[in-house]
Amino acid sequence: MFSLDLLLDAVVIGVLLGCFYGAVSLGLSVSFGLLDVPHVAHPAFLVLASYAVYFLNEHYAVDPLVAGLLITPVFFVFGLAAYRLYYETFEKRGSDAGVRGIAFFFGVAFIIEVLIILQFGVDQRSVTADYVGKAWRFGDFRIPYRLLVAFAVATVLTVLLTLYLSKTFMGRAIRAVAQDEVALRLMGADPLKVKQWAFGIATAVLGIAGALLIIVAPVDPILDRAYIGRTFCVVVMAGLGSMSGTLVAAIILGVAESIVLTLFGASWAPAISFAMLLGVLAVRPQGLFGRRS
Amino acid sequence: MTRNSMAFWTGAAVFLAAVFVMTQVVGNQYPFFAGYVILQFIALAVAWSILGGYAGYVNFGTSAFYGVGVYSSVFLVKAFGAPLPLQILAAAAIGALMGLALGVLTLRMQGIFFSIATIALTIIIETAITNWRYVGGAAGIQIQRPPVTAPFENYVQMLFFVQALLVVLAVAISRYIQNSWIGRGLQALRDDELAAECTGVPTLRLRLLACVISGALLCAVGAPAAMYLQYADPGSAFNLNYSVTTLAMSLIGGTAHWSGPIIGAILLGTTQQLLTVTISSEVNVLVLGLMLVLFVVGAPQGIIGLVGRLRGKKEGGA
Repeated sequence: MFSLDLLLDAVVIGVLLGCFYGAVSLGLSVSFGLLDVPHVAHPAFLVLASYAVYFLNEHYAVDPLVAGLLITPVFFVFGLAAYRLYYETFEKRGSDAGVRGIAFFFGVAFIIEVLIILQFGVDQRSVTADYVGKAWRFGDFRIPYRLLVAFAVATVLTVLLTLYLSKTFMGRAIRAVAQDEVALRLMGADPLKVKQWAFGIATAVLGIAGALLIIVAPVDPILDRAYIGRTFCVVVMAGLGSMSGTLVAAIILGVAESIVLTLFGASWAPAISFAMLLGVLAVRPQGLFGRRS
Repeated sequence: MTRNSMAFWTGAAVFLAAVFVMTQVVGNQYPFFAGYVILQFIALAVAWSILGGYAGYVNFGTSAFYGVGVYSSVFLVKAFGAPLPLQILAAAAIGALMGLALGVLTLRMQGIFFSIATIALTIIIETAITNWRYVGGAAGIQIQRPPVTAPFENYVQMLFFVQALLVVLAVAISRYIQNSWIGRGLQALRDDELAAECTGVPTLRLRLLACVISGALLCAVGAPAAMYLQYADPGSAFNLNYSVTTLAMSLIGGTAHWSGPIIGAILLGTTQQLLTVTISSEVNVLVLGLMLVLFVVGAPQGIIGLVGRLRGKKEGGA
């Protein structure tokens, strides 16, 4: 039976979940939103980060969040290398880079999936920490700590990245390269370096995001397919490249998923993000906070 | 009929005759099971290239069309006990309608946004089928095969022959399109949509046509799969692997000529069948990923492009 309490509960959980979706979409907001890289392997990188966190947690008992921080530099370098390869093979050659790029990243995503399966098997994996599995009670409300942790870290991460992009020299350069690459070149800067750095940052953020992913719920090797919808939905709805928009769009998605889950059950959940994505693409392709008119 | 067409139709007739003789002579069932899958992928890759290759609209919704083909058969068999030809025709009709819907999407979005929208479409349809109890829901559904019709002795042998017919149909359509004004128009809009429109190419009509033909064929190819497996479930019927495999086959073979997807499908399909038997289906996906990346990076025009370049060099040298 539908009740107001239930709805309120769904909205609260949805907002928390939404902030988490925001955190896992931030990297894509930079790589696809600002750099126009059709990065469909973004969710695969995310799941890979989760497995790295799982590995550190399982074998060395490292706290998942600390593990996330530890793998961040590795992912940064990984991102630098990945962008270099993408640039040399696609952007430099020009024609239909988008189409071949998306095929390329799908190939990369499949390779990552299989490598994870070969290494860890197809079973679900989760991490152990004090805040996983317990809940905070407030009257009738029951909010799992893992969601609260994800919410807090996600918010901090979004604020930090927004500040980085608006206050620091390199951050401003990244936004400049997205706005007008030729102008940046005329100022004597190297667009390739800036973009490579930006892609590195976008991938590094995935270290923390991957930790959040495995804190919120157990992961399996092909979880990335569900997150293609969620991350692209958030980034497109936000309007390409808007960080604060990313958070708002993610909260909208989180609340929508949570309400549908409560009213219709889990079997409809996978379609929500994709349906919203399709709706946004059809009705308002520039997104809610779009940079393009 | 030109000499070229004569050669093509003779080849098609010889191919069908060989397939038919094979179903009458070979007793072992395994070649038909494996061959069916390879034929199915040839047909899918050829059908996909009509939109993805000629027109350059990269459709990641192959699994959506394939899955709808499978489930339209499931529904028809369960509701009316419909025979195989009717299943295929119905699937083609539904696929044409879906293609039309896809064509309308191209009005609003292009490039990567179109590709993402087709992925979205796949998951939405899959979720709808998952929640449709009548056709089995998430758990899937068992299907009973009707008795086989003469001259075939075994149902899989018959499906093998039917799939061969679909391959010939798809290739004939694809070849016709490439050689006619439709193909030239599609190539023009692929290279520069605005310029094509300005010089009087009816881009909208062509796009819709390509979507409808490609969609109808993709769905029709999926239809017999329900009978082939005697089982259907949303997770495997709408598996994203179909989309990526089909795309990979077309890109590996090359999309500039109708024979490209065939070459790619035979190469990748056979490799995958061998790997599935000898090693495992995971390695199969790994090879798919590796080959896709290798070809996209190293040979953007596929095998057709490689051969073309080799020939060009030889002629240049001589």
